[in-house]
Amino acid sequence: MGARSSMLQEDEITAIQKETGFSSNQIVRLYSRFTNLDKNNQGYLSRADFLRIPELAINPLGDRIVHAFFKESNSVTVNFRDFMRVLARFRPVKKNNTKNKLNDREEKLRFAFKMYDLDGDDMISRDELLNVLHMMVGANISDEQLGSIADRTISEVDLDNDQNISFEEFVKAMERVDVEQKMSIRFLN
Amino acid sequence: MGEQLLIAALSFLFLPVIIVVALVIILATCGTSIGIRKAYVKLMLKVFEACKHKVPVPSPGEQDNDTEEENEIKQDNTLSDAKQDNEDQADKSSSSPSVKGLEQLDFGMSKKEFELSDVMTFAKFGMEAIIDDTVTKRFSAEELPSWNLLTRTQKDHQFMSIRLTALWCVGCFVRYAILLPFRITIAFIGVMWLIISTAFIGYLRESSFKRKLNEFFSLMSFRILCRAFSGVITFHNRENMAKNGICVANHTSPVDVIILSCDNCYAMIGQSHGGFLGVIQRSLARATAHIWFERSEAKDRGLVARRLKSHIEDKNKLPVLIFPEGTCINNTSVMMFKKGSFEVSSVIYPVAIKYDPRFGDAFWNSSKHNWTQHLLQIMSSWALVCDVWYLPPMTKLENEDAVAFANRVKSEIAKKGGLVDLDWDGGLKRENVKESMKEVPQELYSKMLKVD
Repeated sequence: MGARSSMLQEDEITAIQKETGFSSNQIVRLYSRFTNLDKNNQGYLSRADFLRIPELAINPLGDRIVHAFFKESNSVTVNFRDFMRVLARFRPVKKNNTKNKLNDREEKLRFAFKMYDLDGDDMISRDELLNVLHMMVGANISDEQLGSIADRTISEVDLDNDQNISFEEFVKAMERVDVEQKMSIRFLN
Repeated sequence: MGEQLLIAALSFLFLPVIIVVALVIILATCGTSIGIRKAYVKLMLKVFEACKHKVPVPSPGEQDNDTEEENEIKQDNTLSDAKQDNEDQADKSSSSPSVKGLEQLDFGMSKKEFELSDVMTFAKFGMEAIIDDTVTKRFSAEELPSWNLLTRTQKDHQFMSIRLTALWCVGCFVRYAILLPFRITIAFIGVMWLIISTAFIGYLRESSFKRKLNEFFSLMSFRILCRAFSGVITFHNRENMAKNGICVANHTSPVDVIILSCDNCYAMIGQSHGGFLGVIQRSLARATAHIWFERSEAKDRGLVARRLKSHIEDKNKLPVLIFPEGTCINNTSVMMFKKGSFEVSSVIYPVAIKYDPRFGDAFWNSSKHNWTQHLLQIMSSWALVCDVWYLPPMTKLENEDAVAFANRVKSEIAKKGGLVDLDWDGGLKRENVKESMKEVPQELYSKMLKVD
């Protein structure tokens, strides 16, 4: 029992609090979740640790969601700080909050954009869009139909006619979407 | 000098130990209780209640902060609220979620065109699963609303006051220095009793006398064993107890078997083990018919099913106790029932077991602890308090297949035991989700898309 990974230190909590805006109770709670996911008590999460969550594993975009954590950490493992930074994107937005930037509209949009933009060139190409479409529908819709969906979508939002969707175009297309609500989840204390 | 003192102390302690052990055995034989355990449990509840007020609550400023935040999202997030409600009142979950969380993809009912923002819904569900999911947490110790003074459940209560620490120390002493030695002695006697009595019964010829004798001694041994965990068991609806046939129950720990055997005799089914467990298995098999099969035979499902069938067709044989989840779940939910036993018999006697987590975690986390560690953990806990409900026998409906029947029985058990009814396979404890499961949400999403 004693070999359990070390407890969260007070100063670490404060640092995370400052960076992400989570309350210390939420941090302690999420830390306990983190250690539960970390099955081998290594102090970091691997891809397999994430995909052990069945509800995430059956999510058609599960791979992309997990990928976001590894992009944040820029390595093959995710530590608690990285974990928290990604989750912070999904904190609900408060109206009069300026000190924390991780959960504002732009960050949320950036997260959604990156789910498409796999190669990280700040453009969603037709292939990247098709990839995501394919992940979402599986074998239920034919490639031709998906192709026409992709073409239609790009033509609708592509303002400079380069057959790609840039982040600016993406933001523009999302103008009327309630991103704050769609990309927020409830964190228990 | 010190040695002499020790011997004196030991001999001084000897008498009360003998008295208590003798008392336990006599009481177990009659199957009665003089209420010591109940009084003890009541006392413990009072202590827990007292500690609850000692665990520090977060500073008010911080809390305000969060409630504000919470209110804001509450209006939007009726979804996770609904999930929460589901947890709270597991009884309404009879129409169990078939697509496991993703079924509520809220794109609206009517068909729509693809939008770039659709990924957000998937992302949101994914994140929700990452911070809290319904499955993996069933495979680790259950969360408690207040601390029960056991170190192992302390995780979230890492800041303790001095008085609480003192109380914990006293508790530790009581549990390890007084309760544990007693319990180990009693467990040892119980096991010995079981082995010796079954050995004798084994010599008798098959007759109703042998069956009666076996029942008597089996009940007695298991009642002694049950006292080794300070088990306080409440049996409900005993009129529904199985006489023969198949009895299925939810599974939290191997101790389930001892709990249920305190009130009724069961035939057990399972793989033959070696070592200590094997000794017990062989001695049980001497006294009455159990279904033990070799590892090599276990693969042959047909063979196991045939043996099970022939067992239940013999009305003289004991009811077979089966845990169709196939693995231990942490006492908060019931997971998918394997259909095997439901194919064999069309009448099933369901039993729901629910432990009171405040007195100690009964869940066997087999990936973390082995058998002995688990038993030690239970024996060094406060007590093992549980409720057992016998449900009225259920019959397979016409044109109902085994899977549907199994699900129906499962939701009845969940309802009775106040457990969350899940469709997930308990096998996920060790394995990852099958690829094919991904297709369900994909299909759902595709159906919502308007395609020209």
